[in-house]
This record gives sequence, C-alpha cells and structure tokens, in this order.
Amino acid sequence: MLDTKHMELLRFTTAGSVDDGKSTLIGRLLYDSKSIFEDQYEAVRQSSERRGEEGVNLALLTDGLKAEREQGITIDVAYRYFSTPRRKFIIADTPGHIQYTRNMVTGASTANVALILIDARKGVLEQTRRHAFIASLLQIPHLVVCINKMDLVDYSQERYEEIKQEFEEFSYKLDVRDVHFIPISALKGDNVVDRSGNMPWYGGTTLLYYLENVHIGSDHNFIDCRFPVQYVVRPNTDDFHDYRGYGGRVAGGVFKRGDKVMLLPSGFTTTIAKIDTYDGELEEAYAPMSVTLLLEDDLDLSRGDMIVRENNHPEAGQDLDVMVCWFNERPLQLRGKYTIMHTTQEARCIVKEIRYKLDINSLHRNMVDQNIGMNDIARVAIRTTKPLFYDSYRKNRITGSLIFVDEGTNETVGAGMII
Amino acid sequence: MSYNLNHLKELESESIYVIREVAAQFERPVLMFSGGKDSILMAHLAMKAFYPAKIPFPLLHIDTGHNFPETLEFRDKLVGKTGARLIVGSVQEAIDRGLVVEEKGYNASRNYLQTTALLEALEQGKFDAALGGGRRDEEKARAKERFFSHRDEFGQWDPKNQRPELWNIFNGKKHFGEHFRVFPISNWTELDVWMYLAQEKVELPSLYFAHKRKVFERDGILLADCEYIAKRPEEEASVKEMTVRCRTIGDMTCTGVWRSEAATIEDIIQEVAAARQTERGGRADDKRSETAMEDRKKQGYF
Ligand SMILES: Nc1nc2c(ncn2[C@@H]2O[C@H](COP(=O)(O)OP(=O)(O)OP(=O)(O)O)[C@@H](O)[C@H]2O)c(=O)[nH]1
Ligand SMILES: [Mg+2]
Repeated sequence: MLDTKHMELLRFTTAGSVDDGKSTLIGRLLYDSKSIFEDQYEAVRQSSERRGEEGVNLALLTDGLKAEREQGITIDVAYRYFSTPRRKFIIADTPGHIQYTRNMVTGASTANVALILIDARKGVLEQTRRHAFIASLLQIPHLVVCINKMDLVDYSQERYEEIKQEFEEFSYKLDVRDVHFIPISALKGDNVVDRSGNMPWYGGTTLLYYLENVHIGSDHNFIDCRFPVQYVVRPNTDDFHDYRGYGGRVAGGVFKRGDKVMLLPSGFTTTIAKIDTYDGELEEAYAPMSVTLLLEDDLDLSRGDMIVRENNHPEAGQDLDVMVCWFNERPLQLRGKYTIMHTTQEARCIVKEIRYKLDINSLHRNMVDQNIGMNDIARVAIRTTKPLFYDSYRKNRITGSLIFVDEGTNETVGAGMII
Repeated sequence: MSYNLNHLKELESESIYVIREVAAQFERPVLMFSGGKDSILMAHLAMKAFYPAKIPFPLLHIDTGHNFPETLEFRDKLVGKTGARLIVGSVQEAIDRGLVVEEKGYNASRNYLQTTALLEALEQGKFDAALGGGRRDEEKARAKERFFSHRDEFGQWDPKNQRPELWNIFNGKKHFGEHFRVFPISNWTELDVWMYLAQEKVELPSLYFAHKRKVFERDGILLADCEYIAKRPEEEASVKEMTVRCRTIGDMTCTGVWRSEAATIEDIIQEVAAARQTERGGRADDKRSETAMEDRKKQGYF
C-alpha cells in the first residue's frame, strides 16, 4: 500500500499579493486531498464560527499564529505536509504582505515549484511582479500561475486569457524556464484537486495533477563536484584511532570511491579512500546526500574548505558580484561591513559598490538610487576578507548563495545570489 | 540518470546536516530527550551524524516525575547505547525548592512546570543550543518555527520577528546569554517518523504497541489510570481495562492513549496512515486554548 522506496520529495511555495487566496488554496489542497485530520478540521470550524464567518475558513489551517488569526493575514511562513502515493509534498505558505517579503523569500529559497496566485478581479499587481521576480531570481525551476477567484468573474475565459497575457508580457523578461497557467477557485475547489465543471473551456490539468507529475529529477546539479567540509569526524577511540573523516552534504556532482580530488584552498590533490556512513560504505555520493569522506593522504582540511574534482573547479576569489534581497529596516550600507555565511564558510565583507537598484515593476536598472532599503533588490559588488569558493547561483543554488549578517545585531539582513 | 534519493533518505540527510551544523557552530549544544519516538529518532540521527565518533554533546531529560515507568527504563538503555552523557532536570526538585508551584485540581499537570525546569537546566549547563524533536506537522504554531530558532536571554520566542532562514544556511549567531532551539526533524511527519523507524529497525518502548491498561475517559480522551491524576467520582467509577497504545509519550497526566490493536510497527504505520485524528489530538495540554502551544512556546517550552 505504501511504497516508500520510490516516493519523491517535492517542495513548493505560494506567492502573490495580499488576499489573493494563497492560504485558502493550501487549505483547499489539504482538505480535498484528505490530508486534514478531524480534530484539525473541527478546531478550524469552531474558530470560523467564533469569528462569525460563514462557512469554514480553510486559510486558518495555515494561519496558526494569534496575530495572523486576528488580522486575517499571513505573517510568517507556515510549513504544511501532505502526500499522495507518488510524492511527499512540503508546502511553504508565505505571506503576500510587502512588509513580510523576507518570510516569502525564506519559504521560496528551497522550493522546486512556486505557485503564484493572482486574484482574477485584480489582475497582475506590484506584489505579483515582485514575487514572480524573486521566484526567478531564486531560480525556482517551475512556476505555476494560479488565476484564482474565478468564481467571482463568472469563470470567464476571456478574463483568464487577459490575465495570462498580462503576466506573460512581464515574465518574458524574467529568467524562468517553465511557466504554467491554471484557472482555479481556491474557495470552491475548482481545478485544485478535482476538475472544474464550471470551466469546460480549460483543457489543462488540475493543480494536484501538475504537482504529482512535474519532472524534478534534474533540479540538482549532478555534474560539477562540490563538497563543502562541514565537520571533521575524529573518534579518538581505540577502534578508530587514526580515523579522520570529513562530514558534509554533497552540494553538486557525483563523488565515487577512488576519484582523484583536489582540496581547496590548499590545492593539494589526493584520492577518495572511502565514502563512509553509519549504514556502511557507499560506492558513490551525490546531492543532497550527507556522508563522510575519507582521503588517501593526511592533508590539512577543515570546516569551510571544499573538496572538488581536479579538473572542475569552482570560482575562487574575494571580489564578488551578487544580487541581494534586503530584509532589514536599516538600509544596506555602502562601504558597510557584514559577516557573510556561504556554504560552511564564513568571512567578513565590505560593500564596495551598489551597481544598481532594480525597479520591480519595469525591471529597469536604476543606477542613481543608492538607497537599498527593506525589500529592495539590488546588484552589489563586495570584497571578502578571504577567498570564497563559489559558482554562479544559476549553476548551483548551494555554492552560489550566501547570506549577509549584521555584525551588531546578528540578524540575517540580506540574501545574496552570486552572479 | 537516476540520482534520486527517496523522501526518507532526503529527510535523513537534511536532519544530519542540521545536527552537524549545530556541533560546528555552537560551543555547548545539548539534545533534549523525552523518551518519545521523536527523541529516539533524534538520538538515532545524531549517532549517524557523527559515526564512528560518539555524539559530541549530552542528552537532557526534563523529568516531570510523572512518567510512564517504562519510559525511564528505556531512556537509560538508549543513553547507554549512544555512549552520551545524560543530564536530568527534575520538576519535582523545582517544586521542592519552591521555584514553581504545583497545580491543583482535576486537570493539574506538571507539563507547564517543565518550562521552568528546562530553562534552569539550560542555564545551569550554560548550553547555547538545545536540539529538540519538534516537528512542524504537530501543531499550527510549530508549523511556523525555523530550524534554528533564536531565543532571547529569557528563553522566549518571538514568532512575529523570526530571522529569515534561507536555503540551507543556518545563522546561529547570538549575543552572550541568548540561546538557540534547533529542530532538525522539522520537515518530518508522524508517518515519515514511523516509516523511517521501521526501515531502520530502531528499537522502541513497549508503550507504542498495543497493551492492556486501566484507563478512563475525560473530555473524549482516554487517559491512563495512575496515581498522578485526581479523578472525579464518575471517572473513578468508569475505569476499565482496554487494549490501547500511545501515539506520543509525554507526562502521564496529559498524554492520551488510543484504542488500538497495533502489535508491530507495520501495524502502527497502517494505523497512522489511516488515522483521522492528529497525534496531538490526545494531548490535553494543547486543548486549554486555541493558542495554547504558541503561548507556551513564547515562554520557552520545548
Ligand atoms: N470568492 C473567492 N474568495 C476567495 C478565493 N480564494 C480566497 N478567497 C478569499 O480571499 C480572502 C483572502 O484569502 P487568504 O487565503 O487569506 O489570502 P492570502 O493570499 O493567504 O493572504 P496573505 O497570506 O495575507 O497574503 C479570504 O476571505 C478568502 O476566503 C476564491 O477562490 N474565491
Ligand atoms: Mg495567507
């Protein structure tokens, strides 16, 4: 009955403007796929009743914080889970409100698929563009534009086509590979899990069918071998006296026993002697596996260093150009110093230049405005205190991403994607 | 090319990554261990993360004094297997010292008092990261929690102002006196946990399997008959023996048991897959109000 051996994991996120129906859609998806437990449903039904709402407000299934329920909006990402026989889904339901964009980015950063909701009455809004742009910036491989609240526009095909065209006029400028459109009503359930009888003109699939079938096998990089050393395993016991293993998670490529590898930053070369795990030795390891590598030679290697193939190196350097999403009330400071966290490496950096700020609506590059405030997106040049080993974010989402940490407050103030 | 991890392997890999990250970023981590399946899973994953070395941090059990007797026995056995050090924070001791006051009446529970004992144990041990087995699918406030969850110097959580957490980059930076709660199995569901424990053939306490026990009903929940719960006269009269099992293991005063015939882990998986109630549906502590969990978490609960 439960075939766990072949079940894949798919992570998806919601995006779109306030009140476009993201949380309601997730509630609907959970409810119609029979993933809601009786006691959860009962609690939500009672809550809706106390609030004097007609019907059961399915958004309350994800809006779990007191402040969210009071205001009827989502503030922070809620993670929800459901599975069908083919896949286990991890949903990040994110807020539409501009003030909480950073929480949207949090939910979207690990997603394979982004669902972008649009209220059919309102069409494409500034937040729709912002979120679609962030999704493309984060290189979420698949976008599904859900044109929602079709029940409020008489399930009109004309309106659907109009919005689809409006979105496409904007999205052709974005770096997205795979965009899909589905007309839905999150409230009534049309085309979410069950096909809608109200839109015979729509020949495509339901949302759930799409999520179960979209191809995600190639979302990882299996070509360029990258192994950031996370933790050195040294048992110091009689049985494992000279054992020295390098624990970490494969960030790209496939490592095999016997492979010739190069260590960075030292540049020494050696061979993989063993790929070790608690369950025994492995022949090969690939992303996103957590393993322990043992090397033929005793060389200097510690957390933050990287194991790569001899003839396929990441970039190494101290001068980087990054696209940054800024999260903090305190604007990004030109010449300011921040801590950078990148793979398992940490360094300090100085912001050397703000190259341009992006106008979300037109995607115009503003070279004059140097004020990068909360929720702004900009391209900046930074210099780090020591060399980082990186790839462009387009090539590898793990070795191409970094965060900015404020040195005074320790807060995560920005997300950076290396160009 | 078929480089594809199945979903349990991917979850395992993610959890191991988080556990190793804690060992690397913090000076004094500790693993909170309740004796339930989630902490058993956590201990198992921690062993995997550092193999063949021992887990490089101690385990911490907050003992309410109201345990199912089987729990402590199992705890000690498992601790022995991991080779890690065990620290016990005692609620009874906190009561004896007048640090907290025992609740009275029929619904009295030491569950709330655990927070004080926990915060004290963390402070005494100068722990800067406490690893917990909380999962986001357990409860709606938990669904909002980050992997690395920052706590101020009072141990409190500020759900409206959590740090953004991007990709798999975990920011464990903090000021002196603050600490982190870390939840490596955030993305596991109850069913994932059972399927994985079955696949890994991990040993489990007998409480999870169907057994005969004296129980009585309160507010639609079956509770184990024990000396720690004050029963109303009609409850006293309704005590009877049934075949039940636990879906979660916590303090006896607030852990409901379920009628079940599940004798093996495969039976449990079938049962959980078909369940129409969440596992916390039997937790009296969550039912006190709509935001009971959020309120407790803000104060520093697990
Ligand atoms: N008629 C109709 N109403 C809908 C539909 N989907 C959502 N709504 C309503 O729109 C309102 C907002 O829905 P939410 O799901 O909370 O919106 P959201 O996008 O999650 O909002 P934020 O998270 O705050 O950005 C609620 O009153 C919903 O009942 C739909 O398909 N049809
Ligand atoms: Mg919402």
